[in-house]
Amino acid sequence: MRRDVFQAIADPTRRAIITLIAIQAMTPNAIADNFNTTRQSVSKHLRILTECEVVKQEQQGREIYYSLEISKMKEIDKWIQPFRKMWETRFNQLDNVLATMKKQRK
Amino acid sequence: MSSLLFDFTVDKPSKTVFIKREFDAELPLVWDAFTKKELLDQWWAPKPLLSRTKVMDFKVGGRRFYAMVLPDGQERWQVQKYTSITPKSNFSFLNAFADKDENPELPGSDWDLTFSEENGITVVDIKIKNDSLARMEKMIEMGFQQGFTATLNALGDLLQSLSK
Repeated sequence: MRRDVFQAIADPTRRAIITLIAIQAMTPNAIADNFNTTRQSVSKHLRILTECEVVKQEQQGREIYYSLEISKMKEIDKWIQPFRKMWETRFNQLDNVLATMKKQRK
Repeated sequence: MSSLLFDFTVDKPSKTVFIKREFDAELPLVWDAFTKKELLDQWWAPKPLLSRTKVMDFKVGGRRFYAMVLPDGQERWQVQKYTSITPKSNFSFLNAFADKDENPELPGSDWDLTFSEENGITVVDIKIKNDSLARMEKMIEMGFQQGFTATLNALGDLLQSLSK
């Protein structure tokens, strides 16, 4: 099975987990408390996220904390950014065209 | 103008790009800007590229055959074949890269555009679904080139204004 950053964000629960741990590192139990699903299901998603290398685990005493691997998440951003930029430029140009059309109609 | 919504998401697993943008204009104007050749060519290509529409027949079964012209004069042709049109509300087309003789490079991507208006603000929802991941990557790559050119252009403008 494919294990990359895009696989990581393909699932809504995984996206929600990413959003949660982006703010602070959390234990699996603390993460699971935020979902109406079984702990097993959350563990499964955490395992996939780990395999996709978008989260890292850190042992603190008896607890394992999960946090976001920021550099990996940037891969998504890098990939999308120029494409988004093209559309942004395109739409800004359209704003100008529309403004001219509005003036001409008056 | 900065308060106008712009949403952009790429969902790689479903090979779909979702784009949502608000425009400060009434729906008929926005609709025209998306469906009339002379208007489309004014904004479709991010500067300094040019959009040059050779043929446009906006009806179901009709097509738009156009080129993105690079600053060095190179032409990147594409053909959009209209598959459905609901006036002033929605239209969809199949988009494919092509050569200068209009031979399409299939598979292409399915585009679906929906227009709605509230209080003089028009919202355009665009959904682009690719048949293959390779096609999606090619589209992103072309977008990258165009986005990159647009970025360089903006930088050029900025430098020029700073040097004044």
